[in-house]
Amino acid sequence: MNYLDFEDDIRILDQKIESLKAPYISKGITDIANPLVVENEKKLNNLLDQVYSHLTPYQITKVARHDSRPRTKDYAKKIFTDFIPLAGDRMFAEDHSVISGYGILDGVSVLIVGQEKGNNTESKIISNYGMNRPEGFRKIIRLMKDAERLNIPVITFIDTPGPYPTKGSEDRGQAESIAKLTEVSLDLKVPLIAVIIGEGSGNSANALAVANKVLMLEYSMYSPISPEDCAELLWKNAKKVEEAAAALKISAKDLLDNKIIDEIILEPRGGAHRDHEAATINLALSIKKNLKELILMTPDELVYQRKNRFLSIGKDVLLPKEEFYMENIENRIQYQPFNWKLLFQNNIKLIYTIIAIVVLFILALIFS
Amino acid sequence: MNWVKEKFKELKPKIKSIFRVKVGPEGHLWQNCSCGTVLYKQDLEDNLFVCSVCKKHHPITAKERFKIFFDNGYFQEIFPMLPVDDPLKFADTRIYKVRLDNVREQTKRHDSVMLAEGLINGIKVVAGIVDITFMDGSIGRAAGEAFLTGAEHALNYNLPYIFFCSGGDMRIQESTFSLIQASRMIAAISLLKEKKIPYIPVCLDQTNGMITGSIALIGDVNIAEPKAKVTFFSQKQIKETTRDILPIEFQTAEYLLEKGQIDLIVERKDLPKTISTLILIRTNQNKTFLSDATDYQSDFTGEASSFTS
Ligand SMILES: [Zn+2]
Repeated sequence: MNYLDFEDDIRILDQKIESLKAPYISKGITDIANPLVVENEKKLNNLLDQVYSHLTPYQITKVARHDSRPRTKDYAKKIFTDFIPLAGDRMFAEDHSVISGYGILDGVSVLIVGQEKGNNTESKIISNYGMNRPEGFRKIIRLMKDAERLNIPVITFIDTPGPYPTKGSEDRGQAESIAKLTEVSLDLKVPLIAVIIGEGSGNSANALAVANKVLMLEYSMYSPISPEDCAELLWKNAKKVEEAAAALKISAKDLLDNKIIDEIILEPRGGAHRDHEAATINLALSIKKNLKELILMTPDELVYQRKNRFLSIGKDVLLPKEEFYMENIENRIQYQPFNWKLLFQNNIKLIYTIIAIVVLFILALIFS
Repeated sequence: MNWVKEKFKELKPKIKSIFRVKVGPEGHLWQNCSCGTVLYKQDLEDNLFVCSVCKKHHPITAKERFKIFFDNGYFQEIFPMLPVDDPLKFADTRIYKVRLDNVREQTKRHDSVMLAEGLINGIKVVAGIVDITFMDGSIGRAAGEAFLTGAEHALNYNLPYIFFCSGGDMRIQESTFSLIQASRMIAAISLLKEKKIPYIPVCLDQTNGMITGSIALIGDVNIAEPKAKVTFFSQKQIKETTRDILPIEFQTAEYLLEKGQIDLIVERKDLPKTISTLILIRTNQNKTFLSDATDYQSDFTGEASSFTS
């Protein structure tokens, strides 16, 4: 198992428990009642609870990118019986960074599409680290239309660092394929559920998140840009990544408050990577619950609900121009994130002028 | 030694720019074009800000664009409702709200999208444009809302919607609120398409990331100005990730036309004519030929009989 940089204590405890358990396991005993083991496990659980309830946004990003975190492929195989992967956009190529295919969820046929990052070096290279080419999006469009024809609900899994920036994908219409996928998803006449299962970064995440219900795992992130790039771009300093992640408000809790997602799916203690089974069960239950509601709606209702969901985000806080500028004056008075550093940076000219005047004044006093 | 070399590399372009012989006296009367010609500003303005030698379309402000585009330069600006600023209380090296207020004071605009209603060749249309002078034309909540207002106006009054795309990076200070504008704008377009109202995007120099990936290339007809740069990923990003060799004309309108991404390249002076014709063609619901129409038919036969006699 890989441990993240803030998990040192957890690693030590984990190793301790493992060494304590080793003699029993070698004898073939799985139910261990040794008080030392029980006590240490209790300690570990408390520690995990403590660490994972106070994760910073950047630590959440690290968990979301964790190497052993379950990926789309794992969920597709575990949640859906008879999952059959389908390939190709019928125009140019197959994009291995997108997994797609039909499966059965508790008796209901569904189309599963999702971005795949891979868990080890080999699978990561095959799936291109989850960076999608235009063919991937066109494959999704093709299958979505197919599912619409067959009246089968669609479930998307989001886990990507962004689209793949190459000359080839630019030539073949990366931008158009993403826009088109968004358009097709908006007009789809079957239920559509999106689940953010890991890192949801950039336009390619947004294109798959156009759904009737957007669900999100507890320790995943959804952001227009990776915290690293944001720090480079706005702070001009790669070390400010903690601040960038916090400012971007990328955690599930913040996004739920901002009404960008609809539901948070809880993860097992210590994140999904520690217990794939439990994470899968939670996710399956949540998908089933939401699908049950959506299946009852008519096609027109579904399209209306989906479009309205997006069109109405932010509609509740609109003001006409005159009122806005009146309101703004009040806002300005309330707005006081007091910070000496920022105050200095924002008024640097004023402060220099004041200093210069004071110095001149003192000099004048001395020489007069 | 390495350090000196690196420093020198950094400073080289600056030093070069000091010693470069300037082609003309750049000021309020003259302007240099990238092809090397010096243009009298009044001439340039008369020529719709297009270089007479190399046909380069110089960037113009949103207001000038509308003046050129609409009949007789007359248009009525539409003011959208405004969302509350700075939803995330964002602060990087500067407070976002302060930055926003400064830009507003400089540009006298509320946000990057400007909307207007007017006539082009007698056809009433709604037009929108991204003003690249406002924070590089990045798209935040206010800009997305403005685009939606334009679409709503077009929908309510059954008018064609023309949108001039330029700038269009994400407003990172608004994070996911900015990201989600892509879906919102496309939802608005799909409402227009449902009602068969023409939506025509025009890509200007330079159209970037988020706009390219949402509204610029899914119009009824995709139009671009000559030599306009339309990018999804910047060349820097592509070079960082791969070792692709990029041709000089990469991501220009002509290149995109060759790659099948846009329908038409239209010069600035021809834009109103082409767009109005396109609208006429696309909204025409006549199902009888003019020559078959009764009143016209009599005319025709009369002419024919006089010819035989
Ligand atoms: Zn020129």
